[in-house]
Amino acid sequence: MREALNQAMREEMRRDPNVFLIGEEVGHYQGAYKITSGLVQEFGDWRVRDTPIAEEMIAGVAVGAAFVGMRPIAEMMTFNFSMLALDTMVNHAAKYRYMSGGQIRCPMVLRGPSGAAAQVAAQHSQSLESYFAHVPGLVVIMPSTPKDAKGLLKAAIRDDNPVVFMENEVLYNIKGEVPDEDYTIPIGLSEVKRTGNHVTIVAWSRMCYHALLAAELLAKEGIECEVVDPRTIRPLDEAPIFDSVRKTNHCVIVEEAWPQASVGAYISDRVQRECFDHLDAPVMRVNAPDVPMPYSKVLEKLYVPQPEKIVDTVRQVLR
Amino acid sequence: MSKKLAPPKSRGPSVPAKPTSSSKAPSPALVPTGKAPDGAPPLDRAEALRLYRQMLLIRRFEERAQQMYVEGKIGGFLHLYIGQEAIACGIMSLLHKDDYFIGAYRDHGYTLARGADPKPLMAELMGRSSGISRGKGGSMHFYDIPNGNFGGDGIVGGHIPIAAGMGYAIRLRGSEQCVVCFFGDGAINEGAFHEAMNVASLWDLPIVFVVENNMYGMGTSVERASAVTSLHERGAAYDMAHLPCDGMDILKVRNIFADAFARARQEKKPTFVEVITYRYRGHSMSDPAKYRSKEEVEKWQEKDPIARLGVFLLAKKFAKPANLEAIDKDVNLEVDDCIKFAEESPWPPPEYMYEDIYVKTETLNWRAVERDPAWERSLTDDRVPVIYPAHVSAGKG
Repeated sequence: MREALNQAMREEMRRDPNVFLIGEEVGHYQGAYKITSGLVQEFGDWRVRDTPIAEEMIAGVAVGAAFVGMRPIAEMMTFNFSMLALDTMVNHAAKYRYMSGGQIRCPMVLRGPSGAAAQVAAQHSQSLESYFAHVPGLVVIMPSTPKDAKGLLKAAIRDDNPVVFMENEVLYNIKGEVPDEDYTIPIGLSEVKRTGNHVTIVAWSRMCYHALLAAELLAKEGIECEVVDPRTIRPLDEAPIFDSVRKTNHCVIVEEAWPQASVGAYISDRVQRECFDHLDAPVMRVNAPDVPMPYSKVLEKLYVPQPEKIVDTVRQVLR
Repeated sequence: MSKKLAPPKSRGPSVPAKPTSSSKAPSPALVPTGKAPDGAPPLDRAEALRLYRQMLLIRRFEERAQQMYVEGKIGGFLHLYIGQEAIACGIMSLLHKDDYFIGAYRDHGYTLARGADPKPLMAELMGRSSGISRGKGGSMHFYDIPNGNFGGDGIVGGHIPIAAGMGYAIRLRGSEQCVVCFFGDGAINEGAFHEAMNVASLWDLPIVFVVENNMYGMGTSVERASAVTSLHERGAAYDMAHLPCDGMDILKVRNIFADAFARARQEKKPTFVEVITYRYRGHSMSDPAKYRSKEEVEKWQEKDPIARLGVFLLAKKFAKPANLEAIDKDVNLEVDDCIKFAEESPWPPPEYMYEDIYVKTETLNWRAVERDPAWERSLTDDRVPVIYPAHVSAGKG
């Protein structure tokens, strides 16, 4: 995964001199999570800009440079710290085009790791995608595989809108096939990651893996799950989700975030509205508990939605 | 110019006598070298009269806007620039065509001073489709991108890091442009101000930061909001050249800023200028300004920047009193035309609601958004003017 993200940025920086990278420790430290490894050596200090710890400035510099035609990639060391840049994204990146009557565009990417890590407690283990997905004017992407990550990050860099690209810290070490050729994956394209006839599981980012693991466990009982990965949270490619639910007549939505006012809540609303006549049971959701992340590893494991919990929920929905 | 950098009420040296640090890279902000031209080009008759007319246009435009607000033809917030006109007009008279500026929500003056047609501005205030932002921005959000005008920002201090980004882009491209960033004294206690000032100096960005100290952030005086009341001295914290400027005198504004622009263009270094000024009206139309005395307002009105330039024009024999009266009459007629234009303009049609949110883009799966009006309308509408200069020299800075 690390290599896929690194390749995406390296290739786009080679392709377009307007692309540059800015963030904390992205250069000489080689990235806090080593995603930007080697880039400063190839592109120099101005195109791979180490910054002081000042997230509002990092996002603001990216927005300002984007307004005048550059294509910045701003790294948040983790998305937990992006709350300090939230004003910049919500009130500036997402709004200038509208408030100017279409005179401005903001082709930038705000990227970094998101989600629970390993025992780093409440301030460093959050899934904050609904903060960004709530805002018209922003695009929000959350890839699950190295192939998706590379193709979607390249598309995000080429896109003319402000894109929030949320990686997952736990997925940084996973391995997966990545095509050799130059490719992009369209923004707003859901993918069916596993086909099945009995229940549709909608899950993205790390939860897509947990859904696939749950599907394997359930397959041993003869329950065939279809796993749909939206990959892009906003705009949401709903059709493959609806098609799947109309086939399976059951739907479970899995997300690492809290249950209230979440992306899963929105998808649930859309599915119940569009597939009402096809549903044999209410849409069920699997979320983190509605509490901050605890430190202890025993509690942390309980907190993150595990495959076993997804299995239980699928059984409930099929009962 | 460097000798003019002495602070008015000294609490210590205003500009560091020498770079305070030699270890950090890139190099810190320096003392002005004197390489800058000594002040602005002298005001010839034509330019002096042009600036007089421009300041008067801003004054009359806003007085009429105030009237329209009272009549209920303008809604929302209306922050008037009256009293501060010399700042915008003086600074804009020194900008090059390809320079950028960004400011806060008291933005009528900047936009008019940068040469925008006033008709779409009045139409914007009235929320009409012919408004400069198609009736979607209002008083606080005037953008005029072909003139390098990036607004028009309603979040106090939120645009200051954006100015740093524009300066960074200029360094990346290696062009000769510079950026002006306007904000009020209320903004300098925001974290965004400090974050942006620090990197502007650290990375040598060609930005002129202008704090228009009109003595009050809404109703809270500078003395009640800032531990340091000589605001430009905060530049010292960032090793940035900094100085005060009399904002009621356009000649002084031009002299101080000519030096600041030269520093930005030639040395790629930022300057922090505190322009001392006063807004005659309240913070916005809903503010009766009970926190200050009538005497205080009158004291400042005696320094009126337009009257002051008028005195200069008469003394230089650039104009006679009758000429100045004729200019005023002409300006009033122009504002009448603006109001006529705005009132005759149609209201925005409902579909405007969904336009100008996203940009048409090839990287998107269109099937996913074909029923989303915000995306669907992005297909047919793209008003982004081509202002981006070609890429010059990536990586060189």
